[in-house]
Amino acid sequence: MIDLLTNPSALVEFLSTCLRLSVPLVFAALGGVLCERSGVFNIALEGMILAGAFGAAVGAFLSGGPAGGLAVGILCGMAIGAVLAVLGISLRANQIVVGIALNLFVLSITAYLARIVFGGQANTMRLNGFEHTPVPLLSDLPIIGKPLFGQDPLVVVMLVTVGAVWFLLFRTRFGLAVRAVGEAPGAVDTAGLSVTGLRYACVLGSGALAAMGGCYLVLSQIYLFSEDMSAGKGFIALAAVILGRWHPVGAFLACLLFGLFDALQLRLQFTNPDVPHEFFTMLPYLVTLVALVGLVGRPTPPRAIGRPYRREGD
Amino acid sequence: MTGILHGLAMLRGLWAVAAALLVGAGLIVAAGADPIEAYLALFEGAFVDYWGLASTLTKACPLILCGLAVALPLRAGLFNIGAEGQLYMGALAGTLVALLVPGLPGPVHILLCVLAGAAGGALWALIPALLRAYQNVNELITTLLLNFVALHFTGFIVSGPLEEPGAPYPYSPEIPVSTMLPVLLPRTDAHIGLVVAVVLAIVIFLAFRRSTAGRSLAIIGQNVQAARYAGIPVRRTMIVAFLVAGAMAGMAGIFEVLGFRFRLFHAFSPGYGYDGIVVAFLAGLSPLLTVVSGLFLAGLRSGAGALQRAVGVETTVVEAIQGLVILFVAVGLAVQIRNATRSKAMPPAAEPAADEPRP
Repeated sequence: MIDLLTNPSALVEFLSTCLRLSVPLVFAALGGVLCERSGVFNIALEGMILAGAFGAAVGAFLSGGPAGGLAVGILCGMAIGAVLAVLGISLRANQIVVGIALNLFVLSITAYLARIVFGGQANTMRLNGFEHTPVPLLSDLPIIGKPLFGQDPLVVVMLVTVGAVWFLLFRTRFGLAVRAVGEAPGAVDTAGLSVTGLRYACVLGSGALAAMGGCYLVLSQIYLFSEDMSAGKGFIALAAVILGRWHPVGAFLACLLFGLFDALQLRLQFTNPDVPHEFFTMLPYLVTLVALVGLVGRPTPPRAIGRPYRREGD
Repeated sequence: MTGILHGLAMLRGLWAVAAALLVGAGLIVAAGADPIEAYLALFEGAFVDYWGLASTLTKACPLILCGLAVALPLRAGLFNIGAEGQLYMGALAGTLVALLVPGLPGPVHILLCVLAGAAGGALWALIPALLRAYQNVNELITTLLLNFVALHFTGFIVSGPLEEPGAPYPYSPEIPVSTMLPVLLPRTDAHIGLVVAVVLAIVIFLAFRRSTAGRSLAIIGQNVQAARYAGIPVRRTMIVAFLVAGAMAGMAGIFEVLGFRFRLFHAFSPGYGYDGIVVAFLAGLSPLLTVVSGLFLAGLRSGAGALQRAVGVETTVVEAIQGLVILFVAVGLAVQIRNATRSKAMPPAAEPAADEPRP
């Protein structure tokens, strides 16, 4: 551990790992922020990540490049968002039940379809993913240059997306309407805006964002699709939404914290080979729990969250 | 009255199953096989064939218990997604008793193991219950995160302190022969854990109908404010519901060790805790129907092999069907809630209990 402080290149390497492990979480958490700010519970983030990963693998497999993968992945995530929107907003089903159902559904259907699409080469192939493309000038910054700007393009896209979601929510008329619809949908309806329309937009957007997390897993990290490869990341992202108080920058920082502990546990595994690695694998989940419990003050979710809107007399 | 409600829940479940099987048939056709032949093979492999039936009964035990573990707190509007973790902690606690407590007569030893398993699961469920009751931390996220902690923790125990020397894969030493459960069907794995699961389902059914605690749970699920007005100890009831649920899942874990695997393996559960969610929703949260839906899902799993042998479709197709079942149950709930303004079998949402004030 000491070498992180004395050896700059080890530190840069460590920070790069942190960031790499945070990227899927950040995309999913941004999706969660957008969706929950509009008053819709999104337990389905996990399924959206997985759907995005599956779509990315299929797209890259068929088109032979990462761009096609990204496009198909995002579409798959939005498809899951569409189901959540129809059932949870239009049909007014319990959004938590629908979310749980979607997670289980995506888990099983992607496992089945992956065998059909990729056949026997599912676990041996290597898809064409994104190459490392350092951003000129910025990637030469000391310490933070390489982790932030010296990796593949999706890391930079993530940084931009954090800012974009913040700008969208807090600096545009649309964002104002979204925040209002999460607190007082009745008032938004009275003002002549469509509650359903705003919520649909946010849920679809959240599907696209979370799916990008899945795309990153496939196109920049593993280069293949494996069953259940989201492995609980959607749930950690959900916790990050709460920890970050439903704010894009807060959620981003919470995800970085988890990425930090994930990188730390990998390092601890490496430096303590005689301790079974499962002991360290527990660490990020425990930290997430402790952070949730130890949260100073009471987090206040958007007031109308989880409640399907029903116009009076409707 | 409850008879009618049960009938409705059953109908909704049947509708969802039928729709899922229909879409599943589409998936089978997509893989280039005959769906009718496939389903016949599935049914025969699950319920007609002697060994297949035994395998179905073996799998039904953890599925029914995990279904109860999900259904019980949900009556009060609390989501227990942590049955998987509670199952692991129950299996761990029970295995420790089986391996480390020497010199007991078999039946006493088994009873002690099962009690330890129930306690292990209950204690693991107590963590999210207390956090929910006193800190108002969302139980959905805590139970989920605790699943991963429990999975890796048992993995750590069986690949470190409790590892069988020279084992190629992390698992514990074999439990003493005297602690292995008696079987239901001769020469098979079908063990008496299933009988216990069915009895527990009946007990919980009666408790829901007759006992004050069961009634209180339903009232909390309907309206927390009303429950508090009526003098129901909301926090205590919530915690008890989680403790009982954890005990159910813990027993699922220890029965799996004592009756089927005879060792504690790393990551031995094929997701029974998560499947419990499907079982509970398919049963419309009715404890008695949990037995039926548990048997159905167990049949899907155990008939999958026969299906693959008969028509050459990957066994994962049954997982897809299972995923479709829960999706259609959710759709059914949506339609039902839209038609009737209030569902009695299902609490409207989790958020009423969120009004619980902090101390």
